[in-house]
Amino acid sequence: MSDTHAQSVAFVRDTAIPAAPAPANETGPVKWLRENLFATWANALLTIAALFVIYLILSATLPWILGGVWTTSSLSECREVLAGETGACFSVLSERWNQLLFGFKYPSELYWRPTLALVMLFVAAAPVLFFDLPRKLLIFTALYPFIAFWLIWGGSILVPIVALLGVVGGYLVYSRFVTQSFATGFFGGIVAALIVWYIGGFITEALAPANPMLAAVPSRDLGGFMLNLMLGVTCVSLSIPLGIALALGRQSSMPLIKGICVIFIEFIRGVPLITLLFVASVMLAYFFPPEANVDLFLRVVIMITMFSSAYIAEVIRGGLAALPKGQYEAADSLGLEYAQAMRLIILPQALKISIPGIVNIAVGLFKDTTLVSVISMFDLVGMIRGPILASTEWNGVYWELLGFAALLFFVVCYGISQYSQWLERRLATDHR
Amino acid sequence: MKKSVFLGALTVAGLAAGAAAATTLEDVKARGKLNCGVTTGLVGFAAPDANGEWNGFDVAVCRAVAAAVLGDASAVEFVPTTGKTRFTALASGEIDMLARNTTWTFSRDVDLKFEFVGVNYYDGQGFMIPKELGVSSAKDLDGATVCIQTGTTTELNLADFFRANNISYEPVPIETNAEAQQQYLAGACDVYTTDASGLAATRATFEDPTAHVLLPEIISKEPLGPLVRHGDNEWGDIVRWTLNALIAAEEYGVSSANIGELASGTDNPEINRLLGTEGTLGEMLGLDLEWAKRAIMANGNYGEIFAKNIGETTPIGLARGLNAQWTDGGLLYSPPFR
Repeated sequence: MSDTHAQSVAFVRDTAIPAAPAPANETGPVKWLRENLFATWANALLTIAALFVIYLILSATLPWILGGVWTTSSLSECREVLAGETGACFSVLSERWNQLLFGFKYPSELYWRPTLALVMLFVAAAPVLFFDLPRKLLIFTALYPFIAFWLIWGGSILVPIVALLGVVGGYLVYSRFVTQSFATGFFGGIVAALIVWYIGGFITEALAPANPMLAAVPSRDLGGFMLNLMLGVTCVSLSIPLGIALALGRQSSMPLIKGICVIFIEFIRGVPLITLLFVASVMLAYFFPPEANVDLFLRVVIMITMFSSAYIAEVIRGGLAALPKGQYEAADSLGLEYAQAMRLIILPQALKISIPGIVNIAVGLFKDTTLVSVISMFDLVGMIRGPILASTEWNGVYWELLGFAALLFFVVCYGISQYSQWLERRLATDHR
Repeated sequence: MKKSVFLGALTVAGLAAGAAAATTLEDVKARGKLNCGVTTGLVGFAAPDANGEWNGFDVAVCRAVAAAVLGDASAVEFVPTTGKTRFTALASGEIDMLARNTTWTFSRDVDLKFEFVGVNYYDGQGFMIPKELGVSSAKDLDGATVCIQTGTTTELNLADFFRANNISYEPVPIETNAEAQQQYLAGACDVYTTDASGLAATRATFEDPTAHVLLPEIISKEPLGPLVRHGDNEWGDIVRWTLNALIAAEEYGVSSANIGELASGTDNPEINRLLGTEGTLGEMLGLDLEWAKRAIMANGNYGEIFAKNIGETTPIGLARGLNAQWTDGGLLYSPPFR
């Protein structure tokens, strides 16, 4: 018997056939190309058309960018160096680099101050943006506005200290009385802060040193992309709390509060931002006497903050309206009072819904800060349109300068947008 | 940002409204700085350089006034203004004078309540055209396409000119000078029209300026000059005669090079009165005797300022034309210093 199958046994494999490589069409980049770019005839055609368009764009721009000149001192020198070849005149960026970033009047030996303030901004913003970080870092965040003010404007250190004391005093009064009634705490806190600031105003004037540790820089000297960033950061961070207050006020059952909020929001939304800026720069000067020169930067911050807070209020109202009525009733049934219900149940959900809208407004606001160039503040666009294009050396350079401005804004806005997408994923509690 | 200012603004507003305002001269002296309104940037007329120093034809007027009043040509706070904010800045007292290529017109002088103290540049609307078209006069422009900035007086002047000469044109409306530059170079229009100084400055930035010509016709009057507020005639006099001093200095041959020598006394009584070695002209203005000497030393006389900023040796390359002295066939004519 054993011989019967002797021949056939030889054909029984006792090892597995080694896996053959997948057909060339079904693996690696070829597969990816087939599935994603050339799945059907129509897709293939579109792919080829798109490649052709990309080729056209790159063949037009790449020689221009790569052939760019970086070291000349005027446009006509650029043209001499290029001698008819295609190439950009990036020399304007290297020569006016500091002016584009800091404006033309900020003292050049003090550039480290706004730069340091920017670096500290990232540290201060981190615990707010990424809430997994230790909560102790928030102390630095709270101190940051005062540090940044002192770094950028310089002058007597007493000014930011008094401002800080006012906030601390207001908070102490608030936390003392808020247990009795929210309104008492809130308005008591504001009054306390005002008193501290008022008294502090006299003290700082009396004690202001003739030569402060950091030389004072007036607001008029701020400029460049620094001004855009400062306006953007200040106005966004001020307008979010203000917007929340307005949204809640609009839903209030007290007719007076509701009326004020509705009128404010509808009025601001009905007026173009540029009009508000003109009011800030031009009209207010008529109301104040020539001596009481309220800082132009402050006036602009107030106007932009009002503008964006009205929009943010409407976005948050959308979030509040999207919550089912059951959430409000659940809060009531737990015996929570208004402030607690809002803080613990309603707002966390409403704000989460509102994130895309708020980010939308923040990005739009940041780009709108370039509008200050029409009221003769030299932000990035103002610097380009005014001093740089009006200099005899650089009149006629458009693509390089405006392309650079677009690049700076793109980097910041894309960053904001990526953060908000991360935030939405992180906060997603529904089971999709 | 000072909290005290922030809080006290309203109170101060009420108090100060009643207080009698000091004269502009006293304000400027107390401040130690002249607040001078300039443009946010116009090639040759006013622009900060890479170091942030303001330079230009209009800027020189500010510096001369500062030198005359305060004795320091750098004691100027330049307040950049746009076409929209310039008049309110002056009317509200934010600036002491405006030197920003502003056309002297009836309504600005009378209705807006300003005082034009003189003319530092006689401009007018002109035409620029590629040389290859072979046009030598604006009257040959029948049927041409014309790039024109909308909403300006140049638009109206253009229509008037073509109607008066009974020829037709096709307007290409554009918004800004930068846009006009691109459109014209791209061939969207045959002719570009705006102020002649602007045309020259624009042409100077072209890759090949010699391929474009400015036609000889000037079809409008645009007298540009510094202005002050109504109501303080003493201050207006100071700015007016500082400008006149610059113009007269050129006429009498007083330049920054020889002023030191001439200031020690000359045979020409007019020069002596101008430079303060004779008479008491400075005291009449409320200044000292050497005010005009300092104003001239700040940037040189009118001719030197013109040559340095916008003259034929600069990239802008403007000829003196109407802005020559009256003795050379121009319009510059300073009243006598007597």
